[in-house]
Amino acid sequence: MPEQQELPDLPEATSVPRPRSRFSAVWIIPIIAALMGGWIAVQKLLAEGPAIEISFTSADGLEAGKTTVKYNGVDVGRIQSLKVATDRQRIIASVQMAPETRDWLVEGTSFWVVRPRIAGGSVSGLGTLLSGSYVGMSIGGGSGRVHSYKALEVPPVVTGSTPGRFFQIKTATLGSLDYGTPIYFRRFQVGQIASYQLDEDGRGLTLKIFIHAPYDRFVKLESRFWQASGLDFSLSANGLKVQTESLASLLIGGLAFDTPAENADADPAPGDTSFDLFADEASAMKAPERGATQYVLYFDESVRGLSVGAPVTLLGLPIGEVGSVRLEAGKRKSVDVRARVRVSIYPQRFLDVLADPQDLSEGKPVTQAIRRRVVDRLVARGLRAQLQTGNLLTGQLYIALAYVPNETPTRIDWTADPPVFPVAKGGLTDIEAKLTSILGKLDRLPIDAIGEDLKQSLATLAGILKEVDKLVKRWEGELTPELTAVLGEARRSFAAAERTLDSANRSVAPDSALMEEMRGTLAEVKRAAQSLRVLTDYLERHPEALIRGKSEELQ
Amino acid sequence: MSAAPASAMSLGLAGCEVCGLVSRPPAGAAMARCPRCGERLHCRRPASIERCWALVIAALILYVPANLLPVLTTSTPLGGVSDTIMQGVIELWSPSSWPLAIVVFVASITIPLGKLIALAYLLITVRRGSVRSMEQRVRLYRMVKFIGRWSMLDVFVDTFVVALVQLKPLMWVEPGPGVIFFAGVVVVTMIAVNNFDPRLIWDLPQQEKQDHA
Repeated sequence: MPEQQELPDLPEATSVPRPRSRFSAVWIIPIIAALMGGWIAVQKLLAEGPAIEISFTSADGLEAGKTTVKYNGVDVGRIQSLKVATDRQRIIASVQMAPETRDWLVEGTSFWVVRPRIAGGSVSGLGTLLSGSYVGMSIGGGSGRVHSYKALEVPPVVTGSTPGRFFQIKTATLGSLDYGTPIYFRRFQVGQIASYQLDEDGRGLTLKIFIHAPYDRFVKLESRFWQASGLDFSLSANGLKVQTESLASLLIGGLAFDTPAENADADPAPGDTSFDLFADEASAMKAPERGATQYVLYFDESVRGLSVGAPVTLLGLPIGEVGSVRLEAGKRKSVDVRARVRVSIYPQRFLDVLADPQDLSEGKPVTQAIRRRVVDRLVARGLRAQLQTGNLLTGQLYIALAYVPNETPTRIDWTADPPVFPVAKGGLTDIEAKLTSILGKLDRLPIDAIGEDLKQSLATLAGILKEVDKLVKRWEGELTPELTAVLGEARRSFAAAERTLDSANRSVAPDSALMEEMRGTLAEVKRAAQSLRVLTDYLERHPEALIRGKSEELQ
Repeated sequence: MSAAPASAMSLGLAGCEVCGLVSRPPAGAAMARCPRCGERLHCRRPASIERCWALVIAALILYVPANLLPVLTTSTPLGGVSDTIMQGVIELWSPSSWPLAIVVFVASITIPLGKLIALAYLLITVRRGSVRSMEQRVRLYRMVKFIGRWSMLDVFVDTFVVALVQLKPLMWVEPGPGVIFFAGVVVVTMIAVNNFDPRLIWDLPQQEKQDHA
């Protein structure tokens, strides 16, 4: 290079050996950046849980990107977007769930919107007043993965994780029952109504109830459930009954259950067992109505006051109840209208009271034939059905099976279905008959004639009274002056009489001479009487003195 | 040959970047030290293009999480909302505050990306030995270098907001992980800009011209 000579005295730089590696350390920086980015991405991917869809009837209170899904109060998801379904019936929310929920999104898992709510005597979801609604979640027990859910309209009262068991209750009406209505066992709350729905055929409702864990073992197959809703007034042949379970159930309603004492030691009922709901405790706890025998009773008398469910008693103890009451035309020829009463009798009840039912059956189990034989024997002894007045005030009737003397012997025709049980005129009929005869007699009374007579007598009386009136008037006109004169005379006579009495009074005064004389005379008489008594005494002891005179020693 | 202006490198000289002493590096050695102060001597910054590329790529990688991760989490008793930079821009985009939205969009999204694109453009053209619009490219380099020092504005604002808005029961603000990545983008870009040797823009064309001549 030619320029090199023009730059003199330039010092030589020190030489350094070439670095070993060609790879520059600066590439570590993008590698680190890539690692960090990758790590963040992996974290994001790991944090990304399953995406699901939940459909709601209304998105009221829900907000895309804000509303969270909570499981027992812990955020496990967030609503990403809300859109209206294609059929415009529901709102579909896309929800991004947390990764740990992967195994929770199975069949049976349910979602619902938590809003402030008052039900079953408790207030829930008050926190949502401030924080806004959120979506609640409960984990189901299914196994299959589900990615789209239908939200529940009402939050479930119990979530799947609560220990306890579900049972079903069939009822005709809902009454004042609602979600969360308490269920009592011996007036102790042990569960709640979880849900209810109308049956397919619309003839009743099925309640789903939940009994909490330690208490679910008290639900036996023989347990009875009854409405403890509010006040239960019942007016029956037994009188007025008022019943309530507790003050709370008085306000919000409730259910109660119990098991008859004889089944108290039975095994607990399996989950989802179906029970019937009784109207009240009394009907629920009646002895089990097994082996009911239907009978028909024909009454010629009025059955007014005999209601369905009225008791059938045997010697005063209930053994059955009235199933139906209606009219029935009798035989073909005679138009004979009778009251047909169908009763259910539970022969088991009186077979049970026998000291040893096996006696009848000679050790074999009690069969229908044996039961019939027992009934036959009772009828042969004069057992008849009678209408009886249970309550004179309300006129409620019941049917009594009682021995009626002097009844024509009869037999039950078992071939009829249901068989006809012989009846007898009841006490009420007696009273009625008597009343009828009294009324007949009353009817025969000549009330009209009596009335006519009475009318005439009254007319006469009126005439007489008129005469009396005239007389009195005449007295007033003619007799009054005379009477006044007479009264003057009388007054004068009274004055004279007064004077006479006055003098008499004076003559009998204590200090008058007459009285003095009298007192002296009386003293004399007293003394005379004394000496006479002495004399008679003496004569009594010494009658001989009459002849001999007084003895010497006495003198 | 005489048309091309002489450079220190073409004369076989190197100036010390610390003490300014001009010396002649030995012909064979790849590396030399300043005889006066001991500073490394190099005609051009060593591995300038390689380092710059590495840092530009690192910044690009960091740019992705910086924009995808939230930079600010605003919490109230009603719940928290995390916003990324872009979400913030969208939130500001309203009839009243759209200018602010534009400012944020330009400062936080366009400029960092623009700087990286500019650097990449400079690197590519240097590598390909382009001879066109060299002056504009140097101007671009200066601009990138100038803007670099203002790029941390976002991070500062974020820090201030987090420090000031701490009304704990009512409202509080927490920084998001995006801020760290954003700061990383800015820092790495600045280092990359410093590693780029603008003299390279002029080098290769001269050599080419020399070769052609």
